[in-house]
Amino acid sequence: MARNKDEAPADGMDYLTSIPRRWVTVYIPLLLFLFVLLFPFYWMGITSFKSNEELYDFQNFSPFWVAHPTLANIEKLLFRTAYPEWLLNTLLVSVVSTVLSLFCAVCAAYAIERLRFKGARFVGLAIFLAYLVPPSILFIPLASMVFAYGLFDTKWALILTYPTFLIPFCTWLLMGYFRSIPYELEECALMDGASRLQILVKILLPLAVPGLISAGIFAFTLSWNEFIYALTFIQSSEQKTVPVGVITELVEGDVYHWGSLMAGALLGSLPVAILYSFFVEHYVASMTGAVKE
Amino acid sequence: MYVDTKAHGTSSKALAAHRFRFGESRGFLGLLFMLPAATVLLLFLAYPLGLGVWLGMTDARVGRGGTYIGLENYEMLWTDSVFWLSVFNTLLYTVVASVFKFALGLWLALLLNHHLPFKAFLRAIVLLPWIVPTALSAIAFWWIYDPQFSVVSWALVRLGLIDKYINFLGDPAWARASVIMANIWRGIPFVAITLLAGLQTIPPSLYEAAVIDGATPWQRFRFVTFPMLTPIIAVVMTFSVLFTFTDFQLIYVLTRGGPLNATHLMATLSFQRAIPGGNLGEGAAIAVSMIPFLLAAILFSYFGLQRRRWQQGGGD
Repeated sequence: MARNKDEAPADGMDYLTSIPRRWVTVYIPLLLFLFVLLFPFYWMGITSFKSNEELYDFQNFSPFWVAHPTLANIEKLLFRTAYPEWLLNTLLVSVVSTVLSLFCAVCAAYAIERLRFKGARFVGLAIFLAYLVPPSILFIPLASMVFAYGLFDTKWALILTYPTFLIPFCTWLLMGYFRSIPYELEECALMDGASRLQILVKILLPLAVPGLISAGIFAFTLSWNEFIYALTFIQSSEQKTVPVGVITELVEGDVYHWGSLMAGALLGSLPVAILYSFFVEHYVASMTGAVKE
Repeated sequence: MYVDTKAHGTSSKALAAHRFRFGESRGFLGLLFMLPAATVLLLFLAYPLGLGVWLGMTDARVGRGGTYIGLENYEMLWTDSVFWLSVFNTLLYTVVASVFKFALGLWLALLLNHHLPFKAFLRAIVLLPWIVPTALSAIAFWWIYDPQFSVVSWALVRLGLIDKYINFLGDPAWARASVIMANIWRGIPFVAITLLAGLQTIPPSLYEAAVIDGATPWQRFRFVTFPMLTPIIAVVMTFSVLFTFTDFQLIYVLTRGGPLNATHLMATLSFQRAIPGGNLGEGAAIAVSMIPFLLAAILFSYFGLQRRRWQQGGGD
């Protein structure tokens, strides 16, 4: 059996169990898990390509397959609703708040982890606690602030409030990452007369690129998925983000257009799913790093 | 170690100056580097947190600042049966969902820790429920739970297990079970992948030693895997409990608190009273009532972390 070094520890003794036993204890439960975890996505996907006749007729058509796939739902979504606008809004808000948060988090993580100023430990703890403050507690006071500053129904309301949960998270992740970079490199640069800023930009950041990527992906996903702030601070359809737009605008009255609803959910999930598929190994690795320390 | 020519040129005096700068300006530099993050967090996190506590003691409405009314909001909530129902629902939701998320998540992590074909691919797709927007996956559940066209009911009827369609979101007991199931579905990947990361930090030699000593698979799990995992379990479960307790999206999309307030959580009730209801003060009071529970969860995490240091053979 070919082995590599990141192979899971339990593997070493897998040869002790017979093949049929492995089927019962590993493969079958795993397949069940996969079925349950993935079924809603399958259902989402298959519903988006069904025509209305097929959607509500379980007698003549099997619900698990599409007999006559149609693009009508997606066409309706893209050309007869504000969906493309919501996609753009979500993208804009997510990118800007991610960049803003990454900048703040890099500076903060560097200060806490490397400058080790007086009280750095306390600030590090405070940042961790800040991550534990849930949006469900903050949205009411934030709503009154957003009203007071005239930011209601603008993208700024979201761009400025998303960093409240992005910065603590990214800082926490980057602190762990910075800790893994040898301090000697910085000392050398310092001896050579580099300033703190130069050290950060020219030494630390290039080495921390993997950490920056995972923090960036996390932040992007978190802002893409955000719901309660967007629901509370945005009113007009053309400012909405995808999750809020799909929930509030595509559901009108008693008639649910399940086909286009599912298409909306599918298209809104794709960007983050694709983004993750490229970096998933990275994700598991950074998670391992974060829990190891 | 490589030394730049420029450094050769600097006199020892300049080097001392560097050291001086290194030691002395850290406070100022630290402040400077902390400034962007601190500004955002103080302005949009710490201040609103205080403001929320204050709003809870006012009769503020949307678009109108309130006046101080003391603990009147809390007194009103104390006698409000819907509020107490939401507290009960929140606790039920959190406890049941967390227990299942933990058990199933740990099981999935152990399964994924085996040598499997397409390992990377499996991990990637297992994460899907966690990374897609909850509001959007909740719509898929909404459709799965449809009273007339539920595929689950259809399949169960076809298999002859039930004779009429289940009213998933219309019946209070079923509605509670349904939202809890959706929450478990969404939470399993996070628990599983984090615990998987933890599993991989356990040195294989421990298992080898256990096998040589004649440990059964259950004993290997009970006396090697589980104790080594406890610190990570403490952290993961704290997060899981915290996010389940303050959950909003899933309920908002699936039931909006109905039927008969059977699925109203504290977060959804506070939203309903504050934003559509316009009663910011009361909503804030409900949100503030969540804080004691959250503090309990954070303390739990703190003691979890303490234990971790002790386990690694550190001080105290």
